Amino acid sequence: MKAYSGKPAEELTLDAVRRGEVGLDDIRIAPATLEHQARVAAEHGNPQLAENFLRAAELATLPDSEVLSIYEALRPHRSTAAELAARADSLAARGLTRCAALVAEAAEVYQRRGLTR
Amino acid sequence: MNGQPVNLDGFAFENPELGLVSLASPGDPEPSLLVRDGRVAELDSRPADEFDVIDEFIARHGLDLGAAEKAMALDDVEIARLMVDPSVPRGSLVELTGGLTPAKLARVVAMLQPHELMMAAAKLRARRTPANQAHVTNRLDDPMLLAADAATAAAFGFRELETTVPVLADAPSNAVAVTIGAAVTSGGVLVQCSVEEALELQLGMRGLASYAETVSLYGTEAVFVDGDDTPWSKALLASAYASRGMKMRVSSGAGAEVLMGDAEGRAMLYLESRCVSLARALGSQGVQNGGIDGASIVSSVPRGVRELMCENVMVMARGMESCSGNDSLMSESDLRRVSRTLPILLAGSDFICSGFGSIQRYDNMFGPSQWNAEDIDDFLVIQRDWGVDGGLNGVGEDVLAALRRRAAEAVRAVYGYLGLADFGAGQVDLVVDAAGSKDLGPGDPLAVLGAAQVIQSAGITAIDVVNALYETGFDVEAQRLLDMLLARVSGDYLQTAAIFDRDMRVLSAVTDPNDYAGPGTGYRPTAQRQAQIDGVRQQRDLSQLRAEQQRWAGQWLVPRGPATPGTDPRDVVIGVSPAVGREIWRTLSGIPVADVLGELLAGLEEEGCRGRVVRVNSSIDLGQIGLTAARLAGSGIGIGLQGKGTALIHRRDLSPLANLELYSIAPVITADLYRMMGINAGRHAKGATPVPVRNPYTDEAVEARYHTAVVGLVAIERGCQRPSAGPEEVEVRR
Repeated sequence: MKAYSGKPAEELTLDAVRRGEVGLDDIRIAPATLEHQARVAAEHGNPQLAENFLRAAELATLPDSEVLSIYEALRPHRSTAAELAARADSLAARGLTRCAALVAEAAEVYQRRGLTR
Repeated sequence: MNGQPVNLDGFAFENPELGLVSLASPGDPEPSLLVRDGRVAELDSRPADEFDVIDEFIARHGLDLGAAEKAMALDDVEIARLMVDPSVPRGSLVELTGGLTPAKLARVVAMLQPHELMMAAAKLRARRTPANQAHVTNRLDDPMLLAADAATAAAFGFRELETTVPVLADAPSNAVAVTIGAAVTSGGVLVQCSVEEALELQLGMRGLASYAETVSLYGTEAVFVDGDDTPWSKALLASAYASRGMKMRVSSGAGAEVLMGDAEGRAMLYLESRCVSLARALGSQGVQNGGIDGASIVSSVPRGVRELMCENVMVMARGMESCSGNDSLMSESDLRRVSRTLPILLAGSDFICSGFGSIQRYDNMFGPSQWNAEDIDDFLVIQRDWGVDGGLNGVGEDVLAALRRRAAEAVRAVYGYLGLADFGAGQVDLVVDAAGSKDLGPGDPLAVLGAAQVIQSAGITAIDVVNALYETGFDVEAQRLLDMLLARVSGDYLQTAAIFDRDMRVLSAVTDPNDYAGPGTGYRPTAQRQAQIDGVRQQRDLSQLRAEQQRWAGQWLVPRGPATPGTDPRDVVIGVSPAVGREIWRTLSGIPVADVLGELLAGLEEEGCRGRVVRVNSSIDLGQIGLTAARLAGSGIGIGLQGKGTALIHRRDLSPLANLELYSIAPVITADLYRMMGINAGRHAKGATPVPVRNPYTDEAVEARYHTAVVGLVAIERGCQRPSAGPEEVEVRR
């Protein structure tokens, strides 16, 4: 099992912490691990949980600040439909297809329900 | 009757227009599902072009259209029976529920009677092993008290701790303090800091919290948007937590829409069914519901408390973790709050309470809970009464004090090491003994705020906290916290209903699935756990009772050979039971038997009679003892006294079970009453007319309080009984 940083778990010891060799990326889950958890969830009869983990596998590659900013953009009355569409395109261009689809869907529904900015 | 606490609760007429209706409203839609070209064209009587955001998200993501045709075609009652039937496996029921629309699921669950809800819950909950969650907060956000209380909560067995803040900016400090405190007691305790959504996520990303729960869903679009979110933003949030390896669940619970004045005329159960369906649709592994903040609104209407449990069962039926409410205090009546919780405790749930206030009521910054620190003994005894596992265990006082001290010291060390705050050693002592923040004095609110600001501005992460613990000598705690951080890397605790046991093993629907299939199956406590449940601190055995009696032992009853009949008409004999002056020295009312004899003798003396004491060795029966005494007495009047304090006046010509006066309720007999019995026995001896003395009034649960001691004392008497030995004269030395 490898962390997001690629470091194997057995290297993450207290002494490594003391030497300043452990960073947040070492305690961060890797996209491949989330894909594995998605398979487990699907095998246990929960495709929605699996889908959530697959979206998470995509978000796992993004910095905290961008994850927070996508969340903010999806809150009601924060974005125009065009802004959401642009964000969806940007995500899709980087291969985050599931997150892109979620944002694109929001753009469509928000417009119909009057939740755009 | 008007003064009973239940009359402080609010009760409302049903009012569907305001949403004040529990299980079904005329305003609820007819269940329906129309699928065209693989897409939902109509959901619960609403065409797709009129879907609000909740319908839309459920229609797109929440339903298993493959299962829907069959599921929607079944009668409500047929599905309800499948839910209850233990021979129908959980998995197949969850699969079927995947094809049910929100309105259909609500109708099915509304059919279940209370005991059927319990049957359904026992089968449908996700995790086999039940658990419990605590609230750990205080009014001052005092970090050392938070840590000590977190250590305490973990020691009582809570596997999730939820903190929050009265002052938002204190949040990072609270998260750190509770995390440290939990690690002092046990590995694997999950910690959340319930604050505004974005801040909570940030804290989690830095490792300062290990799960999230306050991701709120609402059952109507207007209230959802008032909550500053949409199903899409919540879905993104769910994925954001998972993307950092953190467990999360959503929160809903009926009543919120009513409180916000926008229930659209729907029943509480239907609106909550929408929330539960949405939770599944957006990929949440679990749901906290069962009223929560709206619990008292729900319980103000007919069948409201039943609706609360229906909410949990819907979550279970949709295959998610149930964190089952029993959270906000829903009544002033102790009877009512137990009634609300009991079915869930008996049936078992993933988390019995989604917030047992393990701290003082006044320190609970979520508001008082349904169960609070002062109720822990009650909860433990109820577990023991029914032999069920509610997730908690007793803890010795010495163990608790040591944990609280170490937790406070660990926080002091870490805050000092990281330059967050300097706390005095004297503060540690205060915290160890404190029941709550009222015992700490005013404190320094700026110190906490300052610490929180440094955590934020310096970007302190959980890794810094691990290092600080390690550098200051808290190696075990450092390792436990590091283990929690590393658990994110494997992600096993993202799965449904995951908790860690004390050895960091993940228990979830994957590793520990509920396999209840009727009697003889499902969760059973291990022998070790059963012993823990059974072993409440209040239990006593015979050796303890003997030792307690022994503390009152003395040389005041001196044997003087076989008793002989008296001839003096003023001679009254007091017969005592076999163990008196041997192993029993004090009555149940706490009066030494020597003093009781003193009062009886003094009463006789007041009437000019001569009292003497004999020990009856052949019987422990009070009637026999009294009769034996009466037959030895020159007057024919005897007093019988058992060591536990029960006493009577007897006369030589009566049958053994008859008597002239009886003090039957030993625990409430006072010294004055024994004096009166002496006086009356004297008057009987003289042939005068005594004024009978009544047993005193009592509303104590006398039997509950004393019957275990009675059983012990009777066993001791039995041990001293010598059937063939005659009565012996004894001298009372005082």
